[in-house]
This record gives sequence, structure tokens and C-alpha cells, in this order.
Amino acid sequence: MTLPPFEGFYAQHRDEVYAFLVRRLGRERAEDAFQETFLRALRAYPKLQHAEHLRAWAFTIASRIVIDEHRRTRPEADLPEVPTEEGRPAFAELEHLADQLPPTERAAVVLRYGYDLDYADIGAALGSNATAARQAASSGIRRLRKEIT
Amino acid sequence: MTTVSHELDRRFRDAAARESLLDVAYDLVDTPIGTLLVATTNQGLARISYDPDPEREVERLAHAFGVRVLRSPRPIDPARRELDEYFSGSRRTFDLSLDLRLLADFNRRVLRELARVPFGEVVTYGELAARAARPRAARAVGTVMNRNPLPIVLPCHRVIGANGKLVGYGGGLDRKEALLRHEGALL
Repeated sequence: MTLPPFEGFYAQHRDEVYAFLVRRLGRERAEDAFQETFLRALRAYPKLQHAEHLRAWAFTIASRIVIDEHRRTRPEADLPEVPTEEGRPAFAELEHLADQLPPTERAAVVLRYGYDLDYADIGAALGSNATAARQAASSGIRRLRKEIT
Repeated sequence: MTTVSHELDRRFRDAAARESLLDVAYDLVDTPIGTLLVATTNQGLARISYDPDPEREVERLAHAFGVRVLRSPRPIDPARRELDEYFSGSRRTFDLSLDLRLLADFNRRVLRELARVPFGEVVTYGELAARAARPRAARAVGTVMNRNPLPIVLPCHRVIGANGKLVGYGGGLDRKEALLRHEGALL
């Protein structure tokens, strides 16, 4: 599957990404975050290797921006920011660890435990629902445990 | 459901162009001969399309110029203004820079010659072939006209058959006739 023109990607995902940002940041801050999300997506878009999971990809970028935004405004907040040995934040470490998982499980694990999204948001990102997202995340975690131990 | 407002959408589309992140910006432009899809790259005007299905044209643009194709009105404003002036009768030549880099040499040469055919005049396929130093290539010139990426601005409507018939036009003969009538080349 080749990448669709950016217009198609944007038109398809702008409303759900915006709704997610409004839930996370409130309407006022969501507007800047929305623009930043799609500008970042636009910068990275030609480097994508395939057109799978574009929706999860868009939500991943949006989630990163939400985290940055929380850090900026509430540096003391208890965000998923557990330092690791290499000093990388939890979500970066997880993305690396989860590399070997099947794509849906990987996306579910990273969005849940790296970005702290709830299952409804993850379901939306994956084009399924909260139940399917919970299942994908837990089977991903089971698989990770097996690989790590 | 929470949806993106028109203002926010427009803000993003403007910012994408302003930050030079687009391979192609396009918009729809209303004219007396129908709605055109007009597209531009950072090198200049790249496409004017009569295709009523913008999605198909956007796919073609992405294939030709790169996937970062976005509807963004601002970069199209100069072309929109010149087209408005042309159709309102206050403009006879276009001053837009053109992006013809993807065309074959022969097509580019023929289109450069075509650009010299003045407002209100016509030329035959054979004459245009001769001007492009390929006097026997009238049929090939016909093909170049048919694939002209920038109709109106590159005036392929001014090219007619040796017998005076209009012959053909990518946007349909009605449009060719309307354009020639607008220029006073047809009574």
C-alpha cells in the first residue's frame, strides 16, 4: 500500500485527532497542539516506509505533543516519565522494546504504557474499540514478558 | 463529535505552505468555464485541471511531485488573480512562473512555442510543429496539446486544424470554443 497524498491523510484524521487533543488539553491549548501535530506529521510524512497504521501514527504524534505540553505547563506532574538506565523517558524505551511485536500490539502497548492513553483513545487510534485495544495491549505485554525473561 | 473549525483548518493549511512543507499546494478556482483545480510547487504553476474529480487529480500530483499534496489557498492566489483578470478581460498574457521540469524535452519545446501564440490568434498543429523545428510532427504536437498540464495559461485552445476545425480539447470542445470566443478569435 503506498502513502496517500497528505490531503487524504489529513482529511481523514483531523477531526478525531483534534477531539483527542481537546479532551487532553482543553479547547484553547488544543488548537496550537493540533497545528503542531499536523506540521510534525507533514515533516515526517515522506519518510514513512509504508501506509499502515497511519491513524495510530497520527495519535502517537499528538500524544507526544500532549506530553510536551504537560511538561511545559506542569513540570512537576506525575507523567509517564520514569527515567531508564540510558536516561530515556519511558515511552522512548517502550517503543524500542516493543519493536518486535506485531504492529497492532506494538501500537497498543506503546500508546497505553508509553503515552498513558486510555483504551477508548487507543481503540480510536487503531480503528477498533476499547475492548480490542485492551486485548491487543495485554497480549502484547504477555509476549514482551516472554521475550524479556 | 468535536470537529475542526474552518478557521483552525485554514490556519494549518496556511502554516504548511508558509513553512515550505508542501510538495504541491492546490485549490479550486471558479471561472466562467467551470471550476478548475490549480496546483503549484515551489518552482511555479504545475497543473490546471478540468477534471471534475479532484481526488483523482490529487493522486496524480502526488505521484508526479511527491506525497505532500495539500489544499492550501494562499499559494494559489497569484494564479487565481491572473485567471480572474484573464476572464474579466483585463489580462491578455500570464506572468506566472511555470514548473515544467517533469515534461519531456519535446513537449517543453512545443509548449514554449505555444506560449508565444498571442491572445486572440490561432495557429494550426502543423504550423506549431514547424515553429518547434519539427515540421512533420503535427500529430505529435496534437498529443502534446492533449496532455498540456497548464491549459489556458499555455493556450492550447489557440491551436486548430488545418481545415479551420477546432479538432479537440482536453477540457472538451465547448470550453475551447468559449475561450476562443472570449478572445475574439471566433465570431
